Amino acid sequence: MADRYIEPDTPELRARWGNFAWTPENAEKAKDVLSRYPEGRQRSAVMPLLDLAQRQVGAEENTQGWLPIPVMEYIASYLDMPIIRVVEVATFYTMYNIAPIGRFHVQVCGTTPCMLRGSDDLISACKKRGMKAGHISEDGLWSFTEVECMGNCASAPMVQINDDNYEDLTAERLDKVLDALAAGETPKAGTQEPGRHTVEPVGGPTTLRDMVTENHDYRGEW
Amino acid sequence: MPKVKVDGVEIEVPQGATVLQACELAGKEIPRFCYHERLSIAGNCRMCLVEVKPGPPKPQASCALPANEGQEIRTDSEMVKKAREGVMEFLLINHPLDCPICDQGGECDLQDQSVAYGRGGSRYDESKRAVTTKNMGPLIKTTMTRCIHCTRCVRFSEEIAGVDEIGAIYRGENMQITTYLEKAATHEMSANVIDLCPVGALTSRPYAFEARPWELKKTIGIDVSDAVGSNIRIDSRGREVLRVLPRVNDDVNEEWISDKARYQVDGLTKRRLDKPFLRKGGKLVAVSWQEAFSAIALLNPGNSIAAVAGDMLDCETMFAAKKLLGALGSSLLEGRQTGMDYDCSSLAAVNFNTGFNDIETADAILIVGSQVRTEAPLVNVRLRKAVKRGAKVFLIGPEWETTFGGEFLGEDLSVLNQLPQHVWDALLNAKRPAMIVGGAGLGRGGLEASLSIASQLKLVRELEDGSTWNGFNVLHLSAARMGGLMLGYAQRGGIADLVAAAPKVLLALGADEVDFTKFANSMVVYIGHHGDKGAHAADVVLPAAAYTEKNGTYVNTEGRVQFSDKAVFAPGDAREDWTILRAMADAFGVSVGFDTFEELRAAMAAVVPALGNEGLAGYGQDLPAGGGSASGVIAYPIKDFYLTNPIARASAVMQQCSAELLHGEEIAEAAE
Repeated sequence: MADRYIEPDTPELRARWGNFAWTPENAEKAKDVLSRYPEGRQRSAVMPLLDLAQRQVGAEENTQGWLPIPVMEYIASYLDMPIIRVVEVATFYTMYNIAPIGRFHVQVCGTTPCMLRGSDDLISACKKRGMKAGHISEDGLWSFTEVECMGNCASAPMVQINDDNYEDLTAERLDKVLDALAAGETPKAGTQEPGRHTVEPVGGPTTLRDMVTENHDYRGEW
Repeated sequence: MPKVKVDGVEIEVPQGATVLQACELAGKEIPRFCYHERLSIAGNCRMCLVEVKPGPPKPQASCALPANEGQEIRTDSEMVKKAREGVMEFLLINHPLDCPICDQGGECDLQDQSVAYGRGGSRYDESKRAVTTKNMGPLIKTTMTRCIHCTRCVRFSEEIAGVDEIGAIYRGENMQITTYLEKAATHEMSANVIDLCPVGALTSRPYAFEARPWELKKTIGIDVSDAVGSNIRIDSRGREVLRVLPRVNDDVNEEWISDKARYQVDGLTKRRLDKPFLRKGGKLVAVSWQEAFSAIALLNPGNSIAAVAGDMLDCETMFAAKKLLGALGSSLLEGRQTGMDYDCSSLAAVNFNTGFNDIETADAILIVGSQVRTEAPLVNVRLRKAVKRGAKVFLIGPEWETTFGGEFLGEDLSVLNQLPQHVWDALLNAKRPAMIVGGAGLGRGGLEASLSIASQLKLVRELEDGSTWNGFNVLHLSAARMGGLMLGYAQRGGIADLVAAAPKVLLALGADEVDFTKFANSMVVYIGHHGDKGAHAADVVLPAAAYTEKNGTYVNTEGRVQFSDKAVFAPGDAREDWTILRAMADAFGVSVGFDTFEELRAAMAAVVPALGNEGLAGYGQDLPAGGGSASGVIAYPIKDFYLTNPIARASAVMQQCSAELLHGEEIAEAAE
């Protein structure tokens, strides 16, 4: 995991985000989130609210979104909880970005199954576009992180870009996805293998074949 | 109560005990870092592993495992030994080998336990992690590379202090303990995390690189910075007090002390009066003791002499002064320097009757004119515990930031005359109702009105278990108050009676808060240890001993008599207070009836027997009926928590705290 550090608290940061407040739609959503928790346990809403705030920041600056210190303070006062407890949560979970981020956060899985299936090629494809861990590319489009297993081993290798996973990648397929994203299109999420729908076995089922068309009772064959 | 077997010995343990507690009851030492009796259980250091049957065939963390009937616990097996060695090795992977330059050295849990339970060497030869030091203010020095993430400091600030300031940010190997944006810890108990820290990550900044623990002489003492009477250990080397640490006393301070109690001691070496002074031609001139006493002998006050006791005086000094005045035929004694004149005819009416321990069990508390957090931080801790158990708290007085919630009813004492209905109902329906009247609530009829409420609510009652509950409490601010009241340091009209008597000589015994302009025609003889307001106004200054420099008896606001020992000698020509008063008697040509400290103590115990016995003095449960009405806006007496007494005002550390923490000045930190 790359080193994550909170973006320092500067006067510029305060000037930019000091007035952060929910947009009307998000204020409604925040209220809805709060209502899911029992009276006196409102602090539990800190995680969905941090996510909501991150998305609002992202919408404002057209990036994936991140959590500047003043925004965390806003959440703390919104939930009437100590700010340090909010910071603890935000710094613990890697899905909260605590430093500025690009339009697309490319998270390439480099754990063993993906590595065996060619994640190294994906990483070098990303690097070719100027992606570097912990940096935003010059055009502001890309942030890059190499991550550990995302649980898509059956369709390795994979990358996660913002809210979507792209699986069964090769360097070329990844290039296509990234080009589409850069062009403002929405590429199909999930597996990029032609003919594959989700993570079903490539080339047809190899086990439980009798179950494909109808329910089959195997118990007598054990 | 479950019966368990610890290393083959069967013992019975209380219901709800953990395996670790069971082992302790059986006399087995269990190494630990994160577990602490007064904090919640975290279970993250894994040092307390033991083998427990029945259960999975692996070592288990005993601090978080409930003791159950029939458990067989082994603390001496091969598995436990290996587990401890393994945990120790893991903990030391990222711990620097900087014991020679670490202030914790010699009193470090990690050091001790690695000697006792470690394997003697590490197999780790990669790079160690390094963490930047964090700013936690003028009192706490941090070296976070040494941190082992026990989270005791986090739990302390959240659970005990009630101020969430410290937290663990990031995760895994990158985890760091810090305050939010590295702001200084600002509550009144913050430095207790230094004692809690089992390693050298949080150490004392003022005491940094001063001494090793084995060089220090340890003396048992009583703190005088507030009226709680915290039990302290005074660590000194040579003639200097280097630091003060809390002693465990569950009835008084548990195991905490306030930052002021801990750090005012550097003021003991600054602005000290170390020579007698005489005012000659309007200026104070240093003289010898002989000259001073010949000047005093000429005063010849007869019975026109009065004495004012300061806030940090021991009972012996007050008693010696009382004897001196008595021999001269005067009884003009007063200890309430700022002019308070509440009725002291019943000591039970001006005492913290419930006791610090029992106030935790109160279920409805009305606080009148007390900013408990600054006036008695350790009582504030108790109130927080009471609220955690479900107590309702109502406060009368200007709003302050409580650490336990509570409802403010108004700033004026007149609220007492007609309490809001819901408050009245809450107190009336409570099983253990309590009132706490602070210094600001005593005057202007406040005490009488409070007593009247106390009798209407029957705050003194018999509980279901047959014990007596006295819910009426007065929370004083000065360490000398209850002792002074027991010795008769109270005039009906307060200090105004002394002014009215216009004494020829006024003995100011460490009294620095008196308005001396009202005594313009009296000769003021100041006997004290610091060159503060009292000495400035004095005509004769006689240098005396501070609380660390004399044996003394102190009575805290509960009426608890406690003895303090002498740690160091007073500087220069300064002498212990009682010897000065004894010599004064000679100068005035009267006899006070004691020549040694033992005789003085015996004489005091003969007059006020309670002062001879350690423990609660016991003023009975009979409260005066009170009555009348109170009015006036409450103004809390403590404006600056860090500078309430002459020692603290002389202390550079306290001045820095006041400047940085209360007045928000820029951090004056030298480049390291």
